Amino acid sequence: MEVLGGEFCDMTPQELAAPVNTITEKWKLLPAFLKVKGLVKQHIDSFNYFINVEIKKIMKANEKITSDADPMWYLKYLNIYVGMPDVEESFNVTRPVSPHECRLRDMTYSAPITVDIEYTRGSQRIIRNALPIGRMPIMLRSSNCVLTGKTAMEVSKLNECPLDPGGYFIVKGQEKVILIQEQLSKNRIIVEQDRKGAVGASVTSSTHEKKSRTNMIVKQGRFYLRHNTLSEDAPIAIIFKGMGVESDQEIVQMIGTEEHVMASFAPSLEECQKAQIFTQTQALRYLGNKVRRQRMWGGPKKTKMEEARELLASLILTHVPVKEFNFRAKCIYLAVMVRRVILAQGANKVDDRDYYGNKRLELAGQLLSLLFEDLFKKFNSELKKIADQIIPKQRAAQFDVVKHMRQDQITNGMVNAISTGNWSLKRFKMDRQGVTQVLSRLSFISALGMMTRISSQFEKTRKVSGPRSLQPSQWGMLCPSDTPEGEACGLVKNLALMTHITTDMEDGPIIKLAFNLGVEDVNLLCGEELSYPSVFLVFLNGNILGVIRDHQKLVSTFRLMRRAGFINEFVSISTNMTDRCVYISSDGGRLCRPYIIVKKGRPMVKNKHIEDLSQGYRTFEDFLHEGLVEYLDVNEENDCQIALYEHMICKVTTHLEIEPFTLLGVCAGLIPYPHHNQSPRNTYQCAMGKQAMGTIGYNQRNRIDTLMYLLAYPQKPMVKTKTIELIDFEKLPAGQNATVAVMSYSGYDIEDALILNKASLDRGFGRCLVYKNAKCTLRRYTNQTFDKVMGPMLDAATRKPIWRHNILDADGICSPGEKVENKQVLVNKSMPTVTQTPLEGSTQPGQPQYRDVPISYKGSTDSYIEKVMISSNAEDAFLIKILLRQTRRPEIGDKFSSRHGQKGVCGLIVPQEDMPFCDTGICPDIIMNPHGYPSRMTVGKLIELLAGKAGVLDGQFHYGTAFGGSKVKDVCEDLIRYGYNYQGKDYVTSGITGEPLEAYIYFGPVYYQKLKHMVLDKMHARARGPRAVLTRQPTEGRSRDGGLRLGEMERDCLIGYGASMLLLERLMISSDAFEVDVCGQCGLLGYSGWCHYCKSSCHVSSLRIPYACKLLFQELQSMNIIPRLKLSRYNE
Amino acid sequence: MAATMSNVEEIRNRVILGEFDVKNVHSSDFPGNYPGYDDTWNMQKFQKNFRIDVVHLDENSMEFDMVGIDPAIANAFRRILLAEVPTMAIEKVFVYNNTSIVQDEVLAQRLGLVPIKADPRLFEYRNAGEESAEEEGSEIDTIQLQLKIKCSRNPRASKDSSDPRELYLNHMVYSRDITWVPIGNQADVFADSVIGPVHDDILIAQLRPGQELDIIMNCVKGVGKDHAKFSPVATASYRLLPEITLLELVEGEKAERLKRCFSRGVIDIEDVNGKKVAKVVNSRLDTCSREVLRHDDLKDVVKLGRLRDHFIFTVESTGILPPDVLVTEAIQVLMVKCQRFLNELDSTNME
Repeated sequence: MEVLGGEFCDMTPQELAAPVNTITEKWKLLPAFLKVKGLVKQHIDSFNYFINVEIKKIMKANEKITSDADPMWYLKYLNIYVGMPDVEESFNVTRPVSPHECRLRDMTYSAPITVDIEYTRGSQRIIRNALPIGRMPIMLRSSNCVLTGKTAMEVSKLNECPLDPGGYFIVKGQEKVILIQEQLSKNRIIVEQDRKGAVGASVTSSTHEKKSRTNMIVKQGRFYLRHNTLSEDAPIAIIFKGMGVESDQEIVQMIGTEEHVMASFAPSLEECQKAQIFTQTQALRYLGNKVRRQRMWGGPKKTKMEEARELLASLILTHVPVKEFNFRAKCIYLAVMVRRVILAQGANKVDDRDYYGNKRLELAGQLLSLLFEDLFKKFNSELKKIADQIIPKQRAAQFDVVKHMRQDQITNGMVNAISTGNWSLKRFKMDRQGVTQVLSRLSFISALGMMTRISSQFEKTRKVSGPRSLQPSQWGMLCPSDTPEGEACGLVKNLALMTHITTDMEDGPIIKLAFNLGVEDVNLLCGEELSYPSVFLVFLNGNILGVIRDHQKLVSTFRLMRRAGFINEFVSISTNMTDRCVYISSDGGRLCRPYIIVKKGRPMVKNKHIEDLSQGYRTFEDFLHEGLVEYLDVNEENDCQIALYEHMICKVTTHLEIEPFTLLGVCAGLIPYPHHNQSPRNTYQCAMGKQAMGTIGYNQRNRIDTLMYLLAYPQKPMVKTKTIELIDFEKLPAGQNATVAVMSYSGYDIEDALILNKASLDRGFGRCLVYKNAKCTLRRYTNQTFDKVMGPMLDAATRKPIWRHNILDADGICSPGEKVENKQVLVNKSMPTVTQTPLEGSTQPGQPQYRDVPISYKGSTDSYIEKVMISSNAEDAFLIKILLRQTRRPEIGDKFSSRHGQKGVCGLIVPQEDMPFCDTGICPDIIMNPHGYPSRMTVGKLIELLAGKAGVLDGQFHYGTAFGGSKVKDVCEDLIRYGYNYQGKDYVTSGITGEPLEAYIYFGPVYYQKLKHMVLDKMHARARGPRAVLTRQPTEGRSRDGGLRLGEMERDCLIGYGASMLLLERLMISSDAFEVDVCGQCGLLGYSGWCHYCKSSCHVSSLRIPYACKLLFQELQSMNIIPRLKLSRYNE
Repeated sequence: MAATMSNVEEIRNRVILGEFDVKNVHSSDFPGNYPGYDDTWNMQKFQKNFRIDVVHLDENSMEFDMVGIDPAIANAFRRILLAEVPTMAIEKVFVYNNTSIVQDEVLAQRLGLVPIKADPRLFEYRNAGEESAEEEGSEIDTIQLQLKIKCSRNPRASKDSSDPRELYLNHMVYSRDITWVPIGNQADVFADSVIGPVHDDILIAQLRPGQELDIIMNCVKGVGKDHAKFSPVATASYRLLPEITLLELVEGEKAERLKRCFSRGVIDIEDVNGKKVAKVVNSRLDTCSREVLRHDDLKDVVKLGRLRDHFIFTVESTGILPPDVLVTEAIQVLMVKCQRFLNELDSTNME
């Protein structure tokens, strides 16, 4: 009672007695949230920010081009815009283009970048508007995409799926995603221990102009600064002096006047003393000698001292602004760094690199802005170079820069980077591979899963556990289940359902507000205040803003202002008690998620708000603006008390989780009852859900993809989750509800194999369609020749098309609906034999010669032609695309999986009459061996079966939402109500004997996915077949109809067994046996019974050796080594 | 086996539903297995014990009891019903035009599953084999059906309508659109019986204006083990007659609880001397959910069993033939099989 009294003493009895109204349906906030933020919206937000805001900043930063040749000449950018996507129909005629057209026609979905410029031509000043400088690939559903703001109906008219999330690019007809990149946060001091245990601090500074890394290390008790422009480590005191803090006292004051701090810094001062450096000039001279020479062509020569000063001002700790060599702020920053290191040495307070508050996520917009800035600079320097070259030459026409502005540099730069994924920017020494990936359209989930993927910059090969392991700070931000197995485990992550990634924000107003709230400007301090115990340092985005006495007030007022909407909702503020700092962040790339605000033990969101929401009176933004809900980033989250459930709210609670299941991502959200499964099973399902066939979008039948798998009869899962509804999985499902009997049957079900019911397959269970395409372009060549498509060749006797051309129409292209067999021709294309421009003077033949280059079908099974598309691509060449279709019914060896990481291949297909049946006459579709359960511990699957069974009986869908969902007890009560066993175990009769089975069988529907791995694509056998040209051994691999290798270990077995004749057969006779003539006298290889060395045939005998052996002898001979064979008769 | 003579009768005649397993699942009444029982098969005894009671019969389904027979034979009827009673079903689909969204193969599969009302007994099997595959079907083994439909805009639809039912004509292709094309003398032979789909409301495809289907289908005679479309039944199965015995008197609240443990109508509560006493009224209705075994105090007062030789058959026809005909056909099939086996035995020389 006393405990209670302490907690609730400030409440009135009435308040205490009031019934607790729980918010019943706060999950309804989720769809509202997903409408505005989350999942792929961060890609779109980031891209929108780039094309609307950032690109103008880039232009501003590089706005003027001048020429060395003519001081009067200049070009100034006034404005820059990115237009709407279009396609050039003919010269200077454009028309808007839809994304799907780009997909089909192998074009890039891009919009022109236009600029307004002001420049001089001769002595005139000219303003030109809307000049195109290049094309920008446009992200689907971004602000400049044709799809934004359209209704589902209008989107469908454009052949686009209304449920498609967008957020990717279409480049050369391919859908490309720029993966989210995870990085250590920039401009923050990270104190860490190196491998020897020495503490050091490092800062990666990054501004628009420069990127640099500054390290602070401790060697023999002395502090040094390490930077890659300095040839050796510079003592920190000398740096201070170089920055104009000449007095030792001042240095110490800035760092801290506590006894132990002074003691640990003393050796550094002493070293400076020993080096006889007392003034700024001396220090700069010292540093000037250490500066690594950089090739500086152009510009006036600088002295060493100037160079050192330049270095201190612009290269070391670049992000701390230095105006006119006022080093004050930088000195203080450096001092704080030193102080951090000193304090970390005592107590073990090093920072955690893997902590998510120290990470920033780079999105498409940021990556593209880096790329664009680079290309824009290159474009400008090219213009300058042209100006420098042309202006001095006197020409009839005056130099007009507009004529030299070429679009292709920026266009190609952007397109190439996105289509190859290679981001190489020399300016930032950035060279990344695999930034973009082709959007996987195997299933809707795989596409959506790809949009939330985060790739880490860590090397995959390194065996480190730190960055791979699950960090507590990932809670709610990143999905704990969804990560691949194997080398990328833990390095590739996925966003959780409610995570949002911030974009950059203006920090001007925040600085102003901070000063108004009592922060004292750092430039006005003498330095000693920094280490006062009563004072907290205030950082904004890694820069020191100043100090504050009452940090609690600052933080609480700041948050109040944010909730009231005076500051952007994504600005975060948090206190760090150990470092005595207040961190304000407004930078982009922080992870954040919304929480319900709790005040005085009561959540601010009430039932009436939720009612308003479901009636549409309120949006998620209203919740934000009214201060009911707010975003917290990882750092601020650490500063709050968040209750998971409403009943867990206590006096100190500041926030309430919206719904706990949102801590899972998209892929893990499909799993019913994941909280009952062993965790690796959920991880396996996350990987497998991406391979499940089903539907990929409402526009799937309009697509011509290289490979597409569809299910003939996809079904909604009987047991769904909230996530499934939120991401529209039930509208684009990938799987079928199979009636499963958990029992053993026949022995063909060992090792997770499944038994399928033949009648179910007859009726369409697991039936899938496989689409492939064949492509062909008809080009025009430089010598005025072009590719042709010829009609079918007719048999001379019958006047019917020859078999290979059987399916061709009169136009030489196959017709839709026809069946194609292996090696039949799809497009009878022929190409001119000469495509180069003939040399001058040589006679041009009247009629060009043509050579057949047919596009023919390859495949072990027949296909049908679904459709033929004839169009033109961006290069104005004809483009013919043919979509081929196969329908496959499941067969032995096809792979299936439930949603619990329980995969298995079909082991046997059993006729319905042999299947066991229950009292109601139901036969299972699938029989699964019960041995799959004990070791996997997928209790979720057991519950899914129960809930599914009850749902079928009840005619309703049950929920298996994580940390919630229908209760087992309720579900089982339902079963009883319909006369079924409480435990879901039915009395079953064997279909073979007709007698009942001794055991009760766990029987009911489970959602099964058909995975893309099918035997038809994998089966391979060969008796005779192609051989490699060089060695005459059988080729390798299924695609080349290769042989199956009897490898080293198999060879060892045969040797051990003594089966020498078998070995001989396998390794030589069945492989590359070759008759050679060997001369017994010289031991060299002869030829057709004649030894060319001995010029005789008397000692030549013929023997069989592997061709590879003969090849080896000849190769050895070619390098002056003579292998000689010694022959003797085996009976001598 | 003869260890406890007391429960031999039970072992021979009952399947016992235990809490965790089913006991006495196998029939064990082979001759000589039990001392004192004469299990040799003899016709009189069989005729005396065997009976079939039809419990329910309508045009699509029937329920009948088959009593006094070994599960192997009962199961044979079930298996034959599922897999070996022939019907006519669409086997070949000639697609002349299909501009709908449904792929040719999927459309063919859907059409195949449509039950075709045609008496299979009046048709022959088509010759299976390589050379006959190309042959045209004849009037004795093939039914030809046609589906020719084109979707168009409804000229009378109101302008602002968005309902496809009002906007378009023929946008839903149902099985009723399939028409029969008689071959040879079929028009005369089957003059009184209409050949075509059993149900006229099976959705085959959806069309949009301009899309059309032009399809000729050939139906042939086949059996369910070849493809499920030939199966004449939706399902055919049986269950054993449940038997619930109360071992002691169950009264009062326990009786109420016991009643709730079974399907409705199984247990009745009688008023005996002012006390409520449970009594098994109709154990046939029980679904064998074994709910009673979850109650610790009740699980020892009941014995759940099933009569080993009392099969309650349920036959659900697809509508091609009435269920009683199907059962007769199944018996015919079994008889033919037996006859063939006997012939085989007679013809083989004992060597």
